Amino acid sequence: MTNMPPPLIAVERATAASRIALAVGIALVLIAASLPFWGESSWMREFVEIACYFIFAMMWNLLAGYGGMVSIGQQAFFGFGGYVMLMLGNFAGLNPFVAVPLGALAAGLIAVPVSFVAFRLSGGYFAIGTWVIAEVFRLSFANVSAVGGGSGTTLTALRGIEKATRESTTYWMALACVVAAIALVYLFLRSKRGLALLAIRDNEVAAESQGIPVARMKLAVYGVAAFGAGLAGALYFVGNLRISPDAAFSVNWTAFAIFMVVIGGIGRIEGPLVGALIFWALNKFLSDYGTWYLLGLGLLAIVVTLFFKQGLWGYAQQRWGWSLFPTQRKLLRARPE
Amino acid sequence: MLETVIQGVLLGGLYTLFALGQSLMFGVMRLTNTAQGDFIILGAFAVIAGVSVAGDGMVWGVALAVLPAAFAFGYALQRYVLNGTLGKDPLPSLVVTFGLSIVIQNLLLELFSADPRAIETGGLNTQGVALGDAISLGVLPLIVLAVALVATAALQWLFARTALGRSFRAVSDDREIAELMGLDAKKVYAFATAIAFVLIAIAGALQGMRTTVSPSDGPLLLLFAFEAVIIGGMGSFWGTLAGAMILGITQQIGFRLDPGWGIWFGHIVFLIVLVLRPQGLFPKTRG
Amino acid sequence: MSAPLLATQGLKAFYGDAQALFGIDFSLAPGELVAVIGANGAGKSTFLKSLTGLVRAPRDAIRFKGEPVGGLPPGEIVRRGLAMVPEGRRLFPSLSVEENLRMGATANRKGPWNLQRLYALFPILAEKRHQPGTSLSGGQQQMVALGRALMSNPEVLLCDELSLGLAPIVIREIYAAMPAITGEGMTVVIVEQDVTMARQVSQRIYCFQEGRVSLEGKSGDLTREQISQAYFGIEAAHA
Repeated sequence: MTNMPPPLIAVERATAASRIALAVGIALVLIAASLPFWGESSWMREFVEIACYFIFAMMWNLLAGYGGMVSIGQQAFFGFGGYVMLMLGNFAGLNPFVAVPLGALAAGLIAVPVSFVAFRLSGGYFAIGTWVIAEVFRLSFANVSAVGGGSGTTLTALRGIEKATRESTTYWMALACVVAAIALVYLFLRSKRGLALLAIRDNEVAAESQGIPVARMKLAVYGVAAFGAGLAGALYFVGNLRISPDAAFSVNWTAFAIFMVVIGGIGRIEGPLVGALIFWALNKFLSDYGTWYLLGLGLLAIVVTLFFKQGLWGYAQQRWGWSLFPTQRKLLRARPE
Repeated sequence: MLETVIQGVLLGGLYTLFALGQSLMFGVMRLTNTAQGDFIILGAFAVIAGVSVAGDGMVWGVALAVLPAAFAFGYALQRYVLNGTLGKDPLPSLVVTFGLSIVIQNLLLELFSADPRAIETGGLNTQGVALGDAISLGVLPLIVLAVALVATAALQWLFARTALGRSFRAVSDDREIAELMGLDAKKVYAFATAIAFVLIAIAGALQGMRTTVSPSDGPLLLLFAFEAVIIGGMGSFWGTLAGAMILGITQQIGFRLDPGWGIWFGHIVFLIVLVLRPQGLFPKTRG
Repeated sequence: MSAPLLATQGLKAFYGDAQALFGIDFSLAPGELVAVIGANGAGKSTFLKSLTGLVRAPRDAIRFKGEPVGGLPPGEIVRRGLAMVPEGRRLFPSLSVEENLRMGATANRKGPWNLQRLYALFPILAEKRHQPGTSLSGGQQQMVALGRALMSNPEVLLCDELSLGLAPIVIREIYAAMPAITGEGMTVVIVEQDVTMARQVSQRIYCFQEGRVSLEGKSGDLTREQISQAYFGIEAAHA
């Protein structure tokens, strides 16, 4: 039997550190799932809220960092998902927890006609254009009296359910959504489609000339990001029970997502995670300071953008080679004997 | 109907002033200033603060004094902050200007509280000029329209006939070759933003005289400015004026039909123009 | 022997991690017309860009009039008297012909070249002076690009691929203007793909091959065979 000489070049994907991280992650999820049995209900409510922020930020990150489309209007889909969930629950008698993924789906679907308009623009003007579209959503819903017009309405469909049950179910739903969102983005980016996205982001014209269907891919990313935003929105209002146009379609959602992603690092999966954690911590300890807190957030985002172009996590990745979610393939050369 | 259109034109004058600075900054360096509206509001509050120090009679003096301050501020902002965000990636400039928007809104909130304020003009904002029997045109809106026309013409002249305007066009065309000629792109950009901020200050002062302003008004003004630029077509200041007029008229028609739908109607017309003629109605052929 | 007007010693250049120049030694005496030839990708344009400051160079690697100029910004180098006609002309589309020419005078250097002189040299440009620069034909655009560089009244003029994309008759027309340029004592470096034209107009030739100087000598002394070997990197004989 002939012996093949060892390959001179090997392609390595997962580092040892990331394998450990995966195991730790699974353990964390299992522990977290048991929280309703031993934790306080306020913890569960906080988790749901942070889960929404995180999912929204991760999807914004997918759109901007990987799709190359910076949007200030993702709140359109966030609110749309919330309103659809509420309408299905209140008017169609659906179980709101079932309505959550349906709301997300609706958001993903409406992204198609929206993209037809939004894709006329690019760069900075695309960003503002999406904001205009979000405003149209907001003003439209504010004029629909069936859902309470400008002052909004409540989610009546959950009225009959006992508080503890509702809170635990919402919590598990949030946990499931977080895991699903991470898995979705991670698997998507590791796939061939993910590589295609990176190629498009780096050089659209070159990618097109390689046969990558750029327009379709951009629509796909936009749709997935809208779905994710709608998921976060539907989840948020299941937890919040009350919806209003100003809350649902507020540009602050995108502002917070931008903050989380910029602090954590654009274009990296761990980025929004790190950003969400930092954001949660800042929120917890400083939000009492109201305007000064927000002012500080704004300044921090400016400073990080100017001086830490890769975000804080990206800085760590470059400096110390940390990576939890490897989507890059590392080229190894065999050591000479 | 005629009155609605006239009111729309007058409103368009104001929107022109909101939009010119944005058009200038985007035209010269492809920079989208998402804090445009907030800087306009900041300008208004600067005049308000100045008046509270100098006295009610000094309104126009304070407004004029704010202009060179705005020039210097814009120059410094571009030179030391925004120049670092320029490049192929639109994200840094978007995030930084967005961050500035949040900083300004909250700073104003802290300094002035959320109460709406106005710049007292001794009744100028209520005076009217009669046009025939039925129509009365506000004096202040007419002033705004006149200022808008002058500003547009001045910018157009600056770009087409002066050495500075030539350098604006050159760096916007090809920064590398412009630098090869001896231009310092960083300084040219700073001048562009400085001029844009003078326009912003003018817009802010007039806005504060025309109506009340409060710290969170900025974003809506940004959207109006942006819509005016897109409807009119990029690369042309007269185009921006035309776009602002169309937006103003559209909004006035919308307000006439139903007060709740005025702004919405403007947004919708904007989106329609975007779908049917994405290059705008009067674009200058440029890259 | 007078010191060279422009000289490089061991000039290296990088685009990110990729190295484009591996140590170029070059010298230029006042009043010379030197040609740099070589295949695509040999590093000729990179060399010119390093000289003008568009590509970073170490401080002492380039000496102009005895002063180290490596790493200076392009504007400063133009002010000192080194101008370039860039590859592909790169006129400003938003500017008219005359405005393009005026841009060249930004450095505000004194000298014989001005608008009138340029219009005398290239009368067609006077005709089209108010038209947008890019609405002209390729040859006419090349005249504008050349004129634009002359407007800065340089001591050394670098011309990157003047003949690129132009018909032979147009190329001859452009080069017919050379005597008027060099007649005043202007020192010129031309980068050329057209080897015949390069040999005709220049006194000395440098041949670049994969980022290195593969041949250097007086245009009249070098044989066709020497040049083509240096051009393509074919070794004459292995010791």
